[in-house]
Amino acid sequence: MPASLVSMSALIRLVHVSKGYADATALRSTNLAIERGKTTVVIGPSGCGKSTLLRLIIGLIEPDSGSIEFDGASVTADNVAALRRRIGYVIQEGGLFPHLTARANVVLMARHVGKSQEEMQSRLLELCELTRFSDNLLPRYPVELSGGQRQRVSLMRALMLSPQLLLLDEPLGALDPLVRAALQKDLKEIFARLRQTVLFVTHDLAEAIYFGDEIVLMNGGRIVQKGSVTDLREKPADPFVLEFINAQRGLASL
Amino acid sequence: MNRTRKGKQSSRSLLVSWVPYFLLILSCIPVFLINSSSAAEIVIGSKKFTESYVLGEIAKRTLTEAAIPAEHRQGMGGTIILWQALRGGQIDAYPEYTGTIGQEILKSDHASSLDEIRESLAKFGVGMTNPLGFNNTYALVMRRSEAQRLGVRTISDLRKHPELKIGFTHEFLDRRDGWRPLRERYALPQQNVIGIDHALGYSALANGSIDVKDAYSTDAKIEENDLVALEDDLHFFPNYEGVLLFRLNMSADAIAALRRLEGTLDEKGMTRLNAEAERTKNYTRAANLYFESGAGSPNTAGESFPQKLARWTLRHLQLAGFSLMLSVIFGIPLGIVASRGGAIGQAILGFASIVQTIPSLALLALLVPFPFFGISVRTAIAALFLYGLLPIVRNTASGLQDIPRSLRESAIALGLSPITRLWEIYLPMASRSILSGIKTSAVINVGTATLAALIGAGGLGEPILSGLNLNDHVTILQGAIPAALLALLVQWFFDLLDRVLIPKGLRL
Repeated sequence: MPASLVSMSALIRLVHVSKGYADATALRSTNLAIERGKTTVVIGPSGCGKSTLLRLIIGLIEPDSGSIEFDGASVTADNVAALRRRIGYVIQEGGLFPHLTARANVVLMARHVGKSQEEMQSRLLELCELTRFSDNLLPRYPVELSGGQRQRVSLMRALMLSPQLLLLDEPLGALDPLVRAALQKDLKEIFARLRQTVLFVTHDLAEAIYFGDEIVLMNGGRIVQKGSVTDLREKPADPFVLEFINAQRGLASL
Repeated sequence: MNRTRKGKQSSRSLLVSWVPYFLLILSCIPVFLINSSSAAEIVIGSKKFTESYVLGEIAKRTLTEAAIPAEHRQGMGGTIILWQALRGGQIDAYPEYTGTIGQEILKSDHASSLDEIRESLAKFGVGMTNPLGFNNTYALVMRRSEAQRLGVRTISDLRKHPELKIGFTHEFLDRRDGWRPLRERYALPQQNVIGIDHALGYSALANGSIDVKDAYSTDAKIEENDLVALEDDLHFFPNYEGVLLFRLNMSADAIAALRRLEGTLDEKGMTRLNAEAERTKNYTRAANLYFESGAGSPNTAGESFPQKLARWTLRHLQLAGFSLMLSVIFGIPLGIVASRGGAIGQAILGFASIVQTIPSLALLALLVPFPFFGISVRTAIAALFLYGLLPIVRNTASGLQDIPRSLRESAIALGLSPITRLWEIYLPMASRSILSGIKTSAVINVGTATLAALIGAGGLGEPILSGLNLNDHVTILQGAIPAALLALLVQWFFDLLDRVLIPKGLRL
């Protein structure tokens, strides 16, 4: 009974998924369930496989073995394009197309699935309000926006079609501390307001603790431990867990 | 407020996605022009020397006055090129010489009668007019005063004056129908014979260093330097009677018009026209002289310079524009394929690079033997198209490859279809690079199109070529300066186009 309950609430399920590149294994055989309505933060040092995990879920790369389920259905080459429209994706530099205005970037996909002008316009204003982005800036091109503004536009683009899952790959990594703090606060509010299922990748422990209902700590292409921050602190599954936590603490106390 | 912003934005992206269509339409214009200008015209060809140019102009005007539209492609090359163009139907008529027809075209080893020649030509679907009235063969020339003083009128008369100093061209000294057999036939006694360059020979003759030299009997220099051609009283030199060759399937009206020229132009007349052409550097004016003195139709002072310049420039733009359109149509898709790398991508870039290394003259020569091409505008366009390919292919490929991986992945992750990604994201992002490739091609094509005149395709190369032929710098510059200006103009036009076609977000 509890097992079926868990499976009901998991939006994404990875079963024995592995991925290797010519020179190294990026992800060892991994099982992972992403719960609905929660923010799951994937954290770990560079090269630990956290970006590979994200790229597998959005279908940019295919697993060597194992299967990925999205909302109960197995992800295949045939349905991956349709599934991508149910996932929002934000990367570190924003990934905005430089030849399109902020508005055109945000409505790009909505236009292609045939949303009406009225629908797009009202959604756009809703998102401006949600992300605290002034609609006066919508006609601007990405180069005319600040880093923080660009990330807000990128978030609007990801949320435009009301995705079931929001994937964020170090979205705040390239911002200066003040902008970063403001955006962190806004993001947390947005996730809560939307009851959004979020998968958030970062290498910053403080950020992980701030956002994470659940923290997934990775190292060397595998998941070391999954749980709350208290679990990680008090019941470390591996000496690496403590080592990682202490290293980040040490920096923070400086 | 929002509505107007949105309108502006969608018109921008509409514009961007229409870039390829726009270029297509832009460069289609010349196609219509080419088609309309060459519709149902009689095309006269001519060889690459003054007399042939003048005869071509005379034939053109004769047809035009008979209300038959005619075009003259000047200086297309040598005998074999003209003959093949005539047989292939790229031209309908051109001036030729009976001796050349016998020896070079029909390759008969004996002197054929006009009827024999006509019969042989008919097998190729080619007809021949009767002689126009002049015989342009080798001749021996002397200063008029000297000839009169010594009483020399014929070559036989030279026997009486063994002291005369003779200067012949090196070619004439060696030819089968040159000095040695000539001396035998006439039993000439002169020992003092030197080899001298043709042009220098005239100066030598004028200052008395030599007394006799070889010349073409209708050479304009004969009149210019007050010389006299000695009669070939033993008929040693073969006949080179000027005639017009034409396609037998040409309209009866056109054939009748050309035949009206038969027997109307004697050696003296032809020599005078050649002299006029070389003096004025204007073949049309020289041709008009024929009509003024002969049939007596006085009007038309030929094309004015602005008219000629407009005609050359228009044709030049047609050549460069149409070939550029082909380069764009094929270059961009090839560049897209090449941008994916792999063996096919390497092969495409390799092919385009190799084409670029072939000298343009050689590329033209390589294309001429193919039946579809031959001596035609098609050949020039095909060569220019191949030259224009590399910059476009290479810039399209590199422009696409330079798009950061994160942006490519963002486009995929959004769920855009591959076609949409290419059309709305990748190509607009590569537009600057693609346009600069097209610009390079356009400038190269405008420059290289001058060579099209070599195969009678016209353009600004035409005055350059005739200028080279006449050794006349002014005529050369009449083509070279407009061609250079045109290249600058094209460069400027594309700089302007950049501002319209490159999305604003990439220009900030």
